[in-house]
Amino acid sequence: MTGQAIRVLIAKPGLDGHDRGAKVIARALRDAGMEVIYTGLRQTPEMIAEAALQEDVDVVGLSILSGAHLALVPRIREQMRANGLDDVPLVVGGIIPDADRAELEAMGVRGVFGPGTSTETIVEHIRGLVATGRATPDE
Amino acid sequence: MNELVEALLSGNRRALARMLTAVENEREGVQEALAALFPHTGAAQVIGVTGAPGTGKSTLVGALARGYRRRGQTVGILAIDPTSPFTGGAILGDRIRMSELAGDSGVFIRSMATRGQLGGLARATADAVRVLDAAGFQIVIVETVGAGQSEVDIAQTAQTTLVVEAPGLGDDVQAIKAGILEIADILVVNKADKPGAENTVRALKAMLELGHPAARHDMPRHHGQLLQRQPEPEAGQASHELWMPPVIRTVATTGDGIDDVIEAIDEHRRYLERDNLLARIERRRLEAELHHRLREALIARLLESVPEQALSAMIERIQARQITPHHAVNKLLDEAG
Repeated sequence: MTGQAIRVLIAKPGLDGHDRGAKVIARALRDAGMEVIYTGLRQTPEMIAEAALQEDVDVVGLSILSGAHLALVPRIREQMRANGLDDVPLVVGGIIPDADRAELEAMGVRGVFGPGTSTETIVEHIRGLVATGRATPDE
Repeated sequence: MNELVEALLSGNRRALARMLTAVENEREGVQEALAALFPHTGAAQVIGVTGAPGTGKSTLVGALARGYRRRGQTVGILAIDPTSPFTGGAILGDRIRMSELAGDSGVFIRSMATRGQLGGLARATADAVRVLDAAGFQIVIVETVGAGQSEVDIAQTAQTTLVVEAPGLGDDVQAIKAGILEIADILVVNKADKPGAENTVRALKAMLELGHPAARHDMPRHHGQLLQRQPEPEAGQASHELWMPPVIRTVATTGDGIDDVIEAIDEHRRYLERDNLLARIERRRLEAELHHRLREALIARLLESVPEQALSAMIERIQARQITPHHAVNKLLDEAG
């Protein structure tokens, strides 16, 4: 038992109904030894922030294919902040044009993964985020 | 940790979430925190829900939680899923089936992975239930995949255990045979609108009649409907009554039958409260937990005092047929003092 498994919430906000990508990522993270809380389709920002709080996850990952990322991400950040989860890193994957990357990062997103990103890249990125977060004690 | 305990007791949900993580990770100081919470426990009604994959457990748990919320009771849920033995990771997907509970501050759902260690899981579950109990949840539901001994152990942290079956899962009620039927206080046939539900109900009832301990046990167990053992019942002789698990049909996705399940849980609770059974069952549970923890602690202490080389040297001697495993144990115990 590691005693310190990395916990990741994988959520699909908004209305697009394709969760194949989210499931591929969930499986890749599991295969990398992480505990993935998968919440399914059509999650509201409130639901995502609530699940992140209850599950005490290290990272929240959003899968967005609808193109609504610039509208959804600020609302999810806001709900997470309302739950006191400012310190929990948020990453976004899906169909994200390169042009939007900087704007998402300015919103506090700490990883943007467009089409074609390898699962290894995502796994390593999440490990890095968690290692940084755990190096700074928060209690 | 002290601040965390105080925040938890004053209703802070993030503190509750973090305490559950501390329990899972066996973080330093967690035992002191649990000791501080312990006087605040004992009020929750703990319900175990177990059954084979695909029976609709999570949906049923979600529906039960909504039923309790309608009665104004708060509900904590621990949804336990297996860790992959190959990678140590897990996909915890029970929340998908409980999304209707989102946004209700009277509900708290936590997914837990089994993390491989069977004994460790039973311990972490018992502690996590206590944390939810101390946080003030009136109902605590523990959901596990009913596939083996570990799940049986976990189910027994509950006062009332539901075993869920569903029609059309191939070999009917096969999953239930492996010692799971014995732990059921209530049997639920979910997906009762599906073809074959009648057969499942009939098979379960037949198995209950065959295998139910009503006739064999000298003292009442915590399962067994009010069944008169003696043909001459006397008023007040409640100890002659045994609980016979009812078989209840549900369609969790529509909510059909959920009120019947809650009513059966209430009935079981009343049965336990009679004759002080509840206290006796708790005592038995605590005894088992104490034994379990004692065993773990003793082994840990022993292994600390026995050098690694001594242990592997002993294994080699056993393999060379110079000493039996039994005598090796005695020798190691003697040496450890």
